[in-house]
Amino acid sequence: MTEQSNDEAPAAASFWRDPRKRQWIFQILVLALVGLLFAYIFHNTLFNLEKRGISTGFDFLDHEAGFNILMSLIPYDETYTYGRTFLVGLLNTLLVSAIGIVFATIIGFVVGVARLSSNWIISRLANLYIEVFRNIPLLLQILFWYFAILPLLPHPRHSIQIGELFLNKRGLYLPKPVFEPGFGWVLAALGLAVVASILVARWARRRQEATGQPFPVFWTSLGLIVFLPWLVYGLAGFPLSWDLPQLRGFNFRGGLGVIPELFALALALSIYTAAYIAEIVRSGIQSVSHGQTEAAYALGLKRGQTLRLVIIPQAMRVIIPQLTSQYLNLTKNSSLAPAIGYPDLVAVFAGTTLNQTGQAVEIIGMTMGVYLFISLAISAFMNWYNKRMALVER
Amino acid sequence: MTIKNLIAGGALLAAGILPVAHAGATLDAVKSKGFVQCGVSTGLPGFSATNDKGEWTGLDVDVCRAVAAAVFGDASKVKYTPLTAKERFTALQSGEIDMLSRNTTWTLTRDTNLGLNFAGVNYYDGQGFMVHKSLGVKSAKELDGAAICIQAGTTTELNLADYFRSNGMKYEAITYDTSDETVKGFEAGRCDVLTSDQSQLYALRIKLKDPKGAMVLPEVISKEPLGPVVRNGDEDWLKVVRWSLFAMINAEEMGVTSKNVDQIKKTTKDPGKQRLLGLSGIKGKGLKIRDDWAYQIIKQVGNYGEAFERNVGMGSPLKIARGLNALWNKGGIQYAPPIR
Repeated sequence: MTEQSNDEAPAAASFWRDPRKRQWIFQILVLALVGLLFAYIFHNTLFNLEKRGISTGFDFLDHEAGFNILMSLIPYDETYTYGRTFLVGLLNTLLVSAIGIVFATIIGFVVGVARLSSNWIISRLANLYIEVFRNIPLLLQILFWYFAILPLLPHPRHSIQIGELFLNKRGLYLPKPVFEPGFGWVLAALGLAVVASILVARWARRRQEATGQPFPVFWTSLGLIVFLPWLVYGLAGFPLSWDLPQLRGFNFRGGLGVIPELFALALALSIYTAAYIAEIVRSGIQSVSHGQTEAAYALGLKRGQTLRLVIIPQAMRVIIPQLTSQYLNLTKNSSLAPAIGYPDLVAVFAGTTLNQTGQAVEIIGMTMGVYLFISLAISAFMNWYNKRMALVER
Repeated sequence: MTIKNLIAGGALLAAGILPVAHAGATLDAVKSKGFVQCGVSTGLPGFSATNDKGEWTGLDVDVCRAVAAAVFGDASKVKYTPLTAKERFTALQSGEIDMLSRNTTWTLTRDTNLGLNFAGVNYYDGQGFMVHKSLGVKSAKELDGAAICIQAGTTTELNLADYFRSNGMKYEAITYDTSDETVKGFEAGRCDVLTSDQSQLYALRIKLKDPKGAMVLPEVISKEPLGPVVRNGDEDWLKVVRWSLFAMINAEEMGVTSKNVDQIKKTTKDPGKQRLLGLSGIKGKGLKIRDDWAYQIIKQVGNYGEAFERNVGMGSPLKIARGLNALWNKGGIQYAPPIR
């Protein structure tokens, strides 16, 4: 644009008249101003906090917390630090989000496909599910699963027993596996089986592309993954024992306990998000024109193959971006946990820890940073997956 | 476009330059807006709860009303902000409320780290345990392994951990946001025990469907001096709140009640009562408020004993005995510096 007058007067356009240079200057100026603004807000906050005698800084992370947390995936008791409560809360948030994402995806795909079923009852039922759970506020659903189901369960002294499983108001108690020396071999065998399955799948694909001969990859892999570890397990002399839950005093001790708060929250998140995912799956499948199915049949593909090789890969390209935002929503919605006392990041760190230390700015900042990071990480992963799926196009 | 950005940036920068609070800011702000914004609980019978007409009542609410009476001569000039235990300090620090009167325990950390000042103690409490009678537990020492419902963001969380640790017992803490939820969890049987300050346990017990099915254990495991709190940085306001409470306690000690205050004001020769009612002495000058401030408090809210009996004592469903909260010369520890 600015090249027109170049040969006549190269330096004629003064610095201020050159739109490109001017643009740069303004960009830098704005950037500097924004930077100054943030620096000022930061300084102003610190100054005012100091003036009001409110403690600042991150020293509190090393102080002893002194309170108990209901559930922790890592060792924790009252003598650990506030920094540790951050980790405990973070892991609990990740756990409930991960469980929620897995189950929401499974339920969502099943309901979404059911919604398109030619069977009238199945498609109506799926529709009912979607309309009911999508239109009731999530917080109410969480409270429902918690406070409506809890009174129906028995007291620990009258637990429902199924084999070595116990179910009561305090949660679900399962036998906990205790790994003894030698169990490493079993894990090694499992790893070997997985690697072997991948190799078999590759070989089968290459053979099919070359000769057209299909190979039962699924059953072979299943056999490998199930059979090999069991064989090694037997050979190593069954190096695994179980820690069984036992009723002592008020409740069961030992074993693996699943608290009702986790159960209620994961259930509510899965069911609620699944309703949205079902609609996304339906729209994805419907976006693939029926001609594709007919063409696949004309080529002699079976029903299952048509779905797996023709429809799903094309539908996925519509589904994945929307699925990503549902996963993000689910993770962020898990912060409703304090309503039923599930010790997630918001309940533990932005709740109790914040209140005991009073350092709102630092703690809320850290909490927001964590959610931002988790969301961006999920987003990045899904974008990568989306690109991979998009490459299938020829 | 770049020019617009510049202007927007400049405007933001200008907006960021906030005036720094000057001393006396809260008292001046309260006087000019014409009411006291008072932080209370989300509903704790006897301390701060709404009655069937939707009006806030309770011992903590009476402190807010006393402050309004002292500043404006009208105890009804209060607006209430219901707060959970977690929200309360942030609400006060950020200036959303002028004072916090929400059964808040006075501790070293809170007094020094949060930028807050405790104005006094309007209820001496201690932490206790409530259990279902069907459990057959008679003492807190038998609670090893129990599941305990508790409200988040309270001193109770820490006391509980200390108590169980020092007695070598284990427990499971189910931490809810509001005291209503702790009651629901307790009622649903999620926990065997509900722990809180003893006064609250009695208040929460009458919320149960079957109050007789639950009992409060005899052990008191902590000291919980509860009182009104204000923000750092305005000592004038701190003193108004502090002396409003002291006036109520002094009035009880002198036998001045809402019923006889007019009579006494007309006839009294007692110099102590004259000073209390603003007839002589320093009056309202030091506090920078009206001269008859204490008279207005007594007339409209009543003395400490009246407020106690009406809200949590024998005149209320809670029927809590005065105990520690009796006056210092009647076997308790309620004591206020003299007005002179």
